[in-house]
Amino acid sequence: MSRLLTPLKKVRGLGSAKEGVHHWWMQRVSAVALVPLTLWAAFSVASMAGKPYEAVLTYFAAPFNVAMFTLFLFAGFYHASLGLQVFIEDYIHHENTKIVTLIAMKLLMVLLGTVSILAVLRVTFGG
Amino acid sequence: MQNSTKRPLSPFMLGTHYKWQLTSATSLLHRATGIAAAVGSLVVVYWLTSLAAGPQAFDIATSFLGSWLGKFILFFWTWALFYHLCNGIRHLMWDLDYGFDLPTTYLTGKIVIIASAILNLLLWLVA
Repeated sequence: MSRLLTPLKKVRGLGSAKEGVHHWWMQRVSAVALVPLTLWAAFSVASMAGKPYEAVLTYFAAPFNVAMFTLFLFAGFYHASLGLQVFIEDYIHHENTKIVTLIAMKLLMVLLGTVSILAVLRVTFGG
Repeated sequence: MQNSTKRPLSPFMLGTHYKWQLTSATSLLHRATGIAAAVGSLVVVYWLTSLAAGPQAFDIATSFLGSWLGKFILFFWTWALFYHLCNGIRHLMWDLDYGFDLPTTYLTGKIVIIASAILNLLLWLVA
């Protein structure tokens, strides 16, 4: 049966005729952004270790800190979803399991990213 | 998948069919630390949501994260994050077609391991 498929038909779906180049580029672009963002976020949080609640609120009251932290979270969860996608595609070969796992992972990354960004914004703007 | 009979699948051929080398170890670690970083992001989500929830929830979170077990997990998580960051720069360098010769890949591999350890120690000096 598969002999009747054209080469284009074979690579459709998650194959090379889809959006591999876009995925590859976005993984690199988000990686470049995450180099300074991760270093900045990690050392910011480390400097807050052991500090009281109010000190952390003060940190998240500064617009620059909020902007950088939000960008770190956005780029981080985006990069994680791209990376985990490759891992799932490489190691899960059962087609249905793979699709279900991919969708679950993507939705989970969107959920975690949204929740964490909203938490930051609530700390900044909420009372 | 039909025409791949019993060929060993990366990374499971390491050790049995294929000799361990620094280059294969750093490659495997890149993927492992990427997954570890993604799983460990749950700690970030927990820290931020507890901060948004209020002082009581934040105190519970910080007392757990500041405990012996919390610090133990965080120490290895931040090391994994820094390893992935440093080796990610190595990968970006390769993407730009630099450092592909064997002596350079070994040298940069060693630099990545040492740099990630130094970054992690610096972070824990700040914390």
